[in-house]
Amino acid sequence: MIEVKNIKKSFGSKVVLNDVSCKMESGKVNLIIGSSGSGKTVFLKCLVGLMGLDSGDVLYEGKNVATMQEQEQKELRTQIGMLFQGSALFDSLTVEQNVMFPLDMFTKKSSAEKLKRVNEVLDRVNLKDSNNKFPAEISGGMKKRVALARAIVLNPKYLFCDEPNSGLDPQTSLVVDKLIMEITKEYNITTIMNTHDMNSVMESGDKIIFLYQGEKRWEGSKEDIIFSKDEKLNNFIFASEFLQEAKKMRMMEAK
Amino acid sequence: MFSKPENGRVYWKEFVHQCYELGMGSLGIVVIISLFLGAVTTIQTAYQLVSPLVQKYVIAEIIRDSAFLELSPTVVCIVLAGVVGSKIASELGNMRVSEQIDALEIMGINSKTYLILPKIVAAFVMIPCLIVISMFLTVWGGYLAATISGVMSSQQFNQGLVKDFVSFNLIFGLIKSFTFAFIISSVSAYFGYHVKGGALEIGQASTKSVVVSCILILFADYGLAALLL
Ligand SMILES: Nc1ncnc2c1ncn2[C@@H]1O[C@H](COP(=O)(O)OP(=O)(O)OP(=O)(O)O)[C@@H](O)[C@H]1O
Ligand SMILES: [Mg+2]
Repeated sequence: MIEVKNIKKSFGSKVVLNDVSCKMESGKVNLIIGSSGSGKTVFLKCLVGLMGLDSGDVLYEGKNVATMQEQEQKELRTQIGMLFQGSALFDSLTVEQNVMFPLDMFTKKSSAEKLKRVNEVLDRVNLKDSNNKFPAEISGGMKKRVALARAIVLNPKYLFCDEPNSGLDPQTSLVVDKLIMEITKEYNITTIMNTHDMNSVMESGDKIIFLYQGEKRWEGSKEDIIFSKDEKLNNFIFASEFLQEAKKMRMMEAK
Repeated sequence: MFSKPENGRVYWKEFVHQCYELGMGSLGIVVIISLFLGAVTTIQTAYQLVSPLVQKYVIAEIIRDSAFLELSPTVVCIVLAGVVGSKIASELGNMRVSEQIDALEIMGINSKTYLILPKIVAAFVMIPCLIVISMFLTVWGGYLAATISGVMSSQQFNQGLVKDFVSFNLIFGLIKSFTFAFIISSVSAYFGYHVKGGALEIGQASTKSVVVSCILILFADYGLAALLL
């Protein structure tokens, strides 16, 4: 479980996160939604420690990251997998080497064992026969899946996904969502996922946090979202007239 | 700034890879530049030294000493600042912009140690090697130019080559090349690692790293000469 307490972050005079608090439970996909520029990426980076906080605390299983020893922090890092918005694969390494990299760095397994594990996770994300390709030679959706494979190869306890389905077609995007959901349940991972894709909200949101102008505006489950009265949330989620209609129909049915 | 490597074997592999990239990537240009530097210096020195009092073999002496003292270490390192420096800066800049450096940090790897240390050590090993190769090629370029254009015979050239040889000149050239290797790799790594923004900034960082390394190389060149000669 990850607990976020009153975190604040600004760049110069621009306040990006203003007093955000929430709890992320394990075995669940915790979704952070919000429009472009609302601070989702900054929120994730603050949580994993890639960006410093102005104030507030982040606790992993009750332990404050800020007061951890350096060794403890390093250990925590090896339990974190992160999928970046732009995939962040290492350009100079092949798909196989990219996924193997964390194993090379942090385990003492034999080459055969490592290769077995790599193929296992590549198989898990439905990627076969691309082992020896370079990132420049595969599509955006494949890159996301390789990055996901790399993020889960060490069996992380925490998985951070920054817009895993941006730039993907609806079908591939669902495949990636399903994968993340299954992996989360299977290994009881605390997953935190940024998105502005409504399919993934309805598909995989166990818990949803809506960021609006740097503040947590709304929090709930995907069932709650349909009945929410929050105007900003409604405008964000049910942006098109078509979806507005669908929502009305759904509410009528419920009555 | 740097910390103990997480896994020695991975770092060693990265170091060997960097040595290969750096050495092989710049060997061609070093060979060409050195041969021509030697050849041109020979012909121009012969053109300036027309006094009948000066023996022909003195030209060979001049070529040898200028190659060891200045042509190979300084001129070649300035070229390497362009070739190697811009490559390091743009590679690291690209890794920064595309969040690859963040990805390393998230894994719990000290990205400075992993990305920069092998490059600096590889430059420290490979650039002096390239400079030694360049020294011999410069002299050889001079020899070819001298004999082909008939400035002097090969006996005269060889006579000049061994006359009054001061081995400290060779050592001095090596001291310079170690210094310049450090300047080139650390300056370009600094500018590349700290890129903020996008593709445009990567280009700016790599230009800046070349300019700054060239200026520092010239300052260091003067400083070392004033200090050690
Ligand atoms: N390193 C930085 N320096 C200055 N400002 C920044 C920095 N990173 C982000 N910002 C600002 O913080 C705000 C939130 O950015 P962020 O990247 O978190 O948005 P986002 O919600 O992830 O958007 P998107 O959905 O487009 O990815 C933006 O206004 C951005 O300009
Ligand atoms: Mg973002």
